[in-house]
Amino acid sequence: MTEKEVHASIGREKLQRIIEMCTAIENHTVDPFTLDVEEIIRIIRTYFPEWEKPEDLSLDAEALHHLATVIKLQSEWVKHRSTSLYTDPFILQEKIAVADKEEITRVFLKAWHPIVELEQLSLFSLSEAADYWSALLPLAERWKQPEEEAVEPGSISREELVKQRLLSDRYFTEELEEYWHELKVKTERDGENGRIRYWDFVGADTYEETVKRAFITSFLVTYGYATLEIHPLQEETYIKPAEKPKTTLNMEQLVSIPIAINYDDWQEWRKRRKE
Amino acid sequence: MEEEKEGMSKRKGLYASKIKRAVHLLFFRRRLKPGVKGWELHRTLGSDYPKVLSLLDDYLEKLDLQVKTVPENEKSPAEKLSLEELDKARFYVTLRGELTPKESRMIGWRIDDLAGLAVTISYIISKKGQASRSEVEKLLSQKLPSWKASVNIDRYIRYGYIQEDERQQLYLDWRTRAEVDQKALVDLLLKSEQPTDTVATLAKKNEATADEENDSVAR
Repeated sequence: MTEKEVHASIGREKLQRIIEMCTAIENHTVDPFTLDVEEIIRIIRTYFPEWEKPEDLSLDAEALHHLATVIKLQSEWVKHRSTSLYTDPFILQEKIAVADKEEITRVFLKAWHPIVELEQLSLFSLSEAADYWSALLPLAERWKQPEEEAVEPGSISREELVKQRLLSDRYFTEELEEYWHELKVKTERDGENGRIRYWDFVGADTYEETVKRAFITSFLVTYGYATLEIHPLQEETYIKPAEKPKTTLNMEQLVSIPIAINYDDWQEWRKRRKE
Repeated sequence: MEEEKEGMSKRKGLYASKIKRAVHLLFFRRRLKPGVKGWELHRTLGSDYPKVLSLLDDYLEKLDLQVKTVPENEKSPAEKLSLEELDKARFYVTLRGELTPKESRMIGWRIDDLAGLAVTISYIISKKGQASRSEVEKLLSQKLPSWKASVNIDRYIRYGYIQEDERQQLYLDWRTRAEVDQKALVDLLLKSEQPTDTVATLAKKNEATADEENDSVAR
């Protein structure tokens, strides 16, 4: 190993140690002021002319990046110390150690304003509960097993399954893609800002068709063909088609959004559309 | 003149009914967390809901209660929030004044647990809003059995006073922001009178107690 190589190897080791120290500070396990920033800059500057390989330059950049983060933490620390909320934890620990629990409680009660809340039954909720109870079937009836009839295994054709509505006459993915294209066309024609009102897309001439469209639309959203935008204040929901189906949806945290498709809403939507 | 009077009484009636609705929303817990989001009040009471809340707050003052606004962003002061920020804030009804130690026991808090909560919150504040669980447990264990310190921390987490991340770091949570005047707590703790015992005598006392305990165990 030449002298230059030995020097570079020591430099790499020092940069690694600087990164480790900075990471410990970032994780709040070490006080940010334990790091002598000027000394670190001197070390980084000394070894910088040695670096030729991309990985060494990347190590140098990483060390600088971490150092910048530590300087930011130092500045935040100074800012916090200058605020009225700053208290030296050691002084506080000392105070806590000598104060008795009655004194600490007395102090806390002066700064504590507990939330007031009620949990109470109303006549309305009682009457609703009574209605529910009278409509509820006894357990014996709800859990009754349907009588099973032994059936010999047989074969059934695809057409028969379609007729019994167990299978659609088209493959589900085909249907989904078709809806996605329809959504894109409708959004371009009737929507704004690349989105369309949810009801303007799922709404159809019959209530049954509307429910079916809402059902398939839920899969469009689940499989990343479209996204939902909800504005609770305006009580408006929009659907936005994706340019390409997003396949990375599983990486994100998914939420379920229930959307009621009831008969009254459908009628109101039809009335609005006619107007 | 009469028309003006009529208009005034209509407005009064409108606000009285809005105040009633605000009371229903604020007092009765409808979800896991108490309180209500600004946008829910906006939707139910209309865009003048800050005025409705201010009228309700005036009324509640007589009952030693208050409407507390907790902004989404902790740094913005509650008095200077825009309507948009208010929509994102959360509103609660809290006690305006103070509870006496006797009253606090009546609502289910033992003095040890309350003192532990005060110590936990003030220590996290002094550590810039983040402290490791082990540090807090060590601090509480100075005056509580260590198993109790851990159980108490879990309890404070469950109630929403503090939260813990996967690195066992503790932070203040929504209930502390709603219920505790953090600045007042730290100031009062620092100003609290020193009892006659000094640290040294306390340490001696602790040693003596430990010796007594050891003796009784040996016996």
